[in-house]
Amino acid sequence: MIFEVFRQERKGQPFQHAGSVAAPDERFAEIYAREQYGRRQESIALWLVPRSAVHEIAEFPDEFEMKYRRVDGYSIKARLREARERAGTLEMAPGGES
Amino acid sequence: MSERTDLLLSIADDELVLGWRNSEWTGIAPFLEEDVAFSSIAQNEIGHARALYELAAAELGTTADELAFDRSPAEYRCAPLVQLRKLEWARTIARHWLYETADEIRLAALRASDDPEIAGIAAKMDREEAYHRMHAEMWVERLLSSDEGRARLNEAVDELWPYALGVLDDGLRPELRSRVERRLGRALPDVEPVSRDVHEAELAELLEEMTMVRRSAPAGARW
Amino acid sequence: MDTRTQEFLEYVQSGGQVETTDWMPDEYRARLIKFIEMHGNSELMGVLPERDWILRAPTLQRKLALTAKIQDEVGHAQLIYRVVEDLGKPRSACLDDLVSGKAKFHNVFHYPTRTWGDVGVIAWLVDAAAIVSQKALLKCSYAPYARIMKKICWEESFHILHGRDVILALVTGTDEQFELVQEALDRWWEPLMHFHGNPIPADEDPMYVWRIKSQGNEAARQEFLDGYVPQIRELGLTIPDPALRKDEETGVWRFTEPDWEKLRAVVTGHGPASEERLAFRRLSREDVAWVEQVVLAEAA
Repeated sequence: MIFEVFRQERKGQPFQHAGSVAAPDERFAEIYAREQYGRRQESIALWLVPRSAVHEIAEFPDEFEMKYRRVDGYSIKARLREARERAGTLEMAPGGES
Repeated sequence: MSERTDLLLSIADDELVLGWRNSEWTGIAPFLEEDVAFSSIAQNEIGHARALYELAAAELGTTADELAFDRSPAEYRCAPLVQLRKLEWARTIARHWLYETADEIRLAALRASDDPEIAGIAAKMDREEAYHRMHAEMWVERLLSSDEGRARLNEAVDELWPYALGVLDDGLRPELRSRVERRLGRALPDVEPVSRDVHEAELAELLEEMTMVRRSAPAGARW
Repeated sequence: MDTRTQEFLEYVQSGGQVETTDWMPDEYRARLIKFIEMHGNSELMGVLPERDWILRAPTLQRKLALTAKIQDEVGHAQLIYRVVEDLGKPRSACLDDLVSGKAKFHNVFHYPTRTWGDVGVIAWLVDAAAIVSQKALLKCSYAPYARIMKKICWEESFHILHGRDVILALVTGTDEQFELVQEALDRWWEPLMHFHGNPIPADEDPMYVWRIKSQGNEAARQEFLDGYVPQIRELGLTIPDPALRKDEETGVWRFTEPDWEKLRAVVTGHGPASEERLAFRRLSREDVAWVEQVVLAEAA
């Protein structure tokens, strides 16, 4: 069986994919993953997930560029400049003229 | 030599020599994952030996390395179980499991010692040995669950049984017998234990190889 | 080259990375498997020159550190063969090809380890040469390989420390101990100069073209020399190549041209310890074959 292994480096950090381990069953996998991904105290916790349990989604179509859901969907800069000009606060802005 | 030092050295020698034997598998274990796991077990054992030698060394006015390397073969106190060269997986697992089972019984007795240093080191060792026991038990279960594995394990246990008894003092042997028999679901023969006074020829060979580099420079050389 | 392959090539050449499930040209997959498999073989065969010396290590500390180093190498082989396996070649097939002599492993592991001095030179300088090559794989276009390389490089850094410490203890010891290092260096210098391969221009090296590695052979060797020649010389050791010097104007190291025909012979199984090492690996694999059968029968 192949298990995907996720490890947490320190308390409070996210679990990150570390690699995989091959083992006859979960019990062997526990021992083998502990050794491969934690013997130098580099992990405080591991998650072992049978590879067959991983459901991958890799298609995210965005045919009509629905940009308003992303930061690059907003062009604040030009509008802000316009607003400052109108309010006469352009010089007060951080970075001056920029 | 005090009874305390004698006790420390006998456990240290067990751990050193078993660690040495187990590290003979480094690079050639049945599969790579097992190689890594078994290597950690060997390292823990050598680490335990070092800690125990340090306690003994403080009393004897020497160093852990000198105790580990510079004694004559006759002075080693390790049980013959760990002296044997068993570079065959069923025997290796049988020895590993028998030793860990005996060691658990021994450590439980030592943790109750009046000597705080001995009780303390026994408790520390036991926390690591728990993983060794888990590993040994996993393999025993796996071997027992197939005809071939069971046959090989049983044969190896029968061969090693008198040696396993020799790891423990008289008083602790019945406990070892009952645990091993319970796990295997069969009775083991009444045999004469092979005690610590016995030095197998394989121990002399091991010590010869272990000290060859160290002996190549005058005593006190740095390595 | 068809358009799709051309696009793929441009993608990896501009720094793009590929995952296991992505489409890839057959040639790219074949080259990846061959390259990564040889890396796995090398980690595994790299265990053999050193494992006997665990048993002979002269102090408890050295015994522990050397065991840990070799354990890392087996662990690397495990990680690397997993990557190969996910590309389509099972580990058992890799091991079959290794012991039959069909697949290659790195030149340095075809040489015998004669003394404790060799143990130090291997851990320090062979691992230093290896880390130069492996660092150039951190940016590999095949992402799963690049990812495990981070862990591998991290662990190799311990080996160099261990090796350097062994060497420092010897060169500050007795005259005989110093000589042990010098004699080992004399024997290992040629394999070290061979280590990064012949100076084929990067653009003609398919491994660079597909961005499996991010550095050409000669660049890697120069990086190694730059880093380690001064460190070797400051200990009073002599490198056995009178022509070795750094051209101050160009910053390029000059040296006696290594015998590339000899390198080819060594890696095709004609090195001084090739046959013995493969025979040992074959034998030990046969001895434990039943274990895998018992374990896998149960798992099935």
